[in-house]
Amino acid sequence: MNNEKLEKIIDSSRTDQKELIHILHDVQSEYGYIPPEAVTAISRRLKVSESEIFGVLTFYNAFSLTPKGEHVMTVCMGTACHVRGGPQIVEDIERKLDVKVGETTADNKFTLETVNCIGCCAIGPVVVVDEKYYSNITLNKIDPIINEYKEDKS
Amino acid sequence: MEKISHPNQLLEWKSDVIANRPPYVKTIVISSGTCGQASGSLPVIEALEQELLKRNLKNKFEVKITGCHGFCEMEPNLIIYPDGIFYKKLKPKDVPKIVEETLLNNKIIPSLVFEEARTKERIYEQEEIPFYKKQKRLLTENNFKIDPTKIEDYVALDGYQALSKVLFNMTSEEVIEDIISSGLRGRGGAGFPAGKKWEICYREESQEKYIICNADEGDPGAYMDRSLLEGNPHSVIEGMTIGAYAIGASEGFIYVRGEYPLAVRHVTNAINQAREKGFLGTSIMGSEFQFDIQVIEGAGAFVSGEETSLMASIEGRRAFPRQRPPYPAQKGLWDKPTNINNVETWANIAPIIRNGAEWYAGIGTKGSKGTKIFSLVGKINNTGLVEVPMGITLKEIIYDIGGGIKDNKKFKAVQTGGPSGGCIPAEKLNLPIDYDTLAKAGSIMGSGGMIVMDESTCMVDIAKYFLTFTQEESCGKCVPCRIGTRQLFEILNRITQGRGEEGDIKKLKSLAKTVSSGSLCALGQTAPNPILTTLKYFLEEYEIHIKEKSCPALVCKDLIIYYIEPKKCVGCLLCLKSCPVDAISGERKKLHVIDHDLCIKCGACLEVCPPKVSAVSKYTGTKKEKLMKKTSPKRVKK
Repeated sequence: MNNEKLEKIIDSSRTDQKELIHILHDVQSEYGYIPPEAVTAISRRLKVSESEIFGVLTFYNAFSLTPKGEHVMTVCMGTACHVRGGPQIVEDIERKLDVKVGETTADNKFTLETVNCIGCCAIGPVVVVDEKYYSNITLNKIDPIINEYKEDKS
Repeated sequence: MEKISHPNQLLEWKSDVIANRPPYVKTIVISSGTCGQASGSLPVIEALEQELLKRNLKNKFEVKITGCHGFCEMEPNLIIYPDGIFYKKLKPKDVPKIVEETLLNNKIIPSLVFEEARTKERIYEQEEIPFYKKQKRLLTENNFKIDPTKIEDYVALDGYQALSKVLFNMTSEEVIEDIISSGLRGRGGAGFPAGKKWEICYREESQEKYIICNADEGDPGAYMDRSLLEGNPHSVIEGMTIGAYAIGASEGFIYVRGEYPLAVRHVTNAINQAREKGFLGTSIMGSEFQFDIQVIEGAGAFVSGEETSLMASIEGRRAFPRQRPPYPAQKGLWDKPTNINNVETWANIAPIIRNGAEWYAGIGTKGSKGTKIFSLVGKINNTGLVEVPMGITLKEIIYDIGGGIKDNKKFKAVQTGGPSGGCIPAEKLNLPIDYDTLAKAGSIMGSGGMIVMDESTCMVDIAKYFLTFTQEESCGKCVPCRIGTRQLFEILNRITQGRGEEGDIKKLKSLAKTVSSGSLCALGQTAPNPILTTLKYFLEEYEIHIKEKSCPALVCKDLIIYYIEPKKCVGCLLCLKSCPVDAISGERKKLHVIDHDLCIKCGACLEVCPPKVSAVSKYTGTKKEKLMKKTSPKRVKK
């Protein structure tokens, strides 16, 4: 873990508890998860106990305690996506990647997640990979999406 | 950029912006909100820019990139002004043709024109398309005209003039009086009169007061707030600043869902522009009033849309709701008086101040004024965001604007109000929609999600879906909500798995009562609504699930089978190849058969079977039992 980066995130201007969620967002986007060392450092800076920080970070879906895969594949579970077949899509991706929702593939390529609604209800079911949106997903559109990222060597 | 320090400077700036517009022959407006981008608007924009550059036409035709136009089904789409020609579902390869034929030679390209699903009529003019024609777009109309990254576009449409009016010509009391008499009710869900809320906060004595914009639009199926923030962020900022002036606040927060990255970007950019131009900060527009706004990114918890939870979240804590009273208007953020409204409510403020309370009160019904934006989604032909006057009937929304049900299926119900709302059945199609009529029908307005369901939607499954949602999102503070929603879910799950028992319906009803009366916040109080309304209008469907172990809508997996019709199957091998578990046996040009012991009911076979063959069917109940016996593996092997 790069301490310099962490120091930069928890800089001296951020000393109030109201900064906690912002700091966690920054740590999450820098490291892809919240490392235990970061919790200790944030606790010292904000004078908020580690257990409370742990309580906050596990309360919100945006933060995770384990590193994520290279690509995060998110399937929308909103109502509109649900009535148009969203559940089938998740099950199929689970089968194809051989993971359950929340898990990361053995080769560390993908983490599969669901989201309650991303607000693209008119074009559901929707799958988002990293920041790219795929609309009107049907079962036969899943393989091409997975392959797009499998072949990607970056 | 120079700051505006006098009302006249704003008027001068507006005239300058309009006068300095290059003399374009045509303007091409491309919608590129999140939906548009998800459907591929960016490559179309790129292609258009390249084509205009290549042909040296950049000084003749303006390309304007805007937020959502509302007609999400037709994304990516564009409108060519001044004629208002609407082209739908564009691909980059369409671009050279559009430039050559429509831009340069004024010819319409029929294949890109909208076609009404039921009548097959082609309509090229945006305003004439039935989806738009019956709407009343007070708030969303400007999404056509504004590049959300440019404050000039907003100013050209009288932006910040309402703020100028209140700062220099109105007292706080007069502003509050205007909002009260306009009849505006909060658009976030409960529908509390906005002006009354402001008044309570105004009367509280405190050195510090806060303004919050609730943009934690968590209701699945609703996205109008995203569209407003993405497409017209200054309208929200102006509304909030007027609100701050009225109640006497100097600090504001916009709490946006982290799942809306584009909205976060656009609103942050807009705040910076407003600061640079003197609409935020100290001495706003040269007056003595000061106010600033900070954007807070949510962290993914549905309950933080509840006002007291949202404030806890801003304070850097877990988003737990708390007892009310005291209401936020009395004791809110850091225990100071706080006025919290949602995005759509804030967006209504500037138009009310500009055009007058009377004008606004003239739109809508007796108890619900103005317009409401609904997200019309689900099994409907024209999906998208629709803005309609209060009091319009469900039928007008679903059939006239929405173009009816997809694939000519039968309309079954519409779900409004998200997880707190309920399902309204077909017999209530003539219901005029406002806060009070929806509540009377057992549902709520909520934030305006409207999910249309057809005969292939199972109402027990829908109730289960919402309870899956609420039991996951329950924050856990109140036991009846934490444990009760879980138990409600378990009962529904059993019913959908064919393990329903006599007495389950009674249990659901009694537990629903406990959960709603024993929970602190709206999440728990309203969590049973989806069950109660489906029980009210679709009791028979529950009973069939419980007694006959069958699902008439053919949705509940454990109660159905997939079956290949021997008379229809042509033996094309498509389904056999698509089956992920090799449950289908057969050879080319011979009948294919599904092994029901192996089948996981993923639906892949049904999806790949060509429509003109359509040999794969679903069955439930006694027919299912019969077919299972008939095609048991033993029999097939023989």
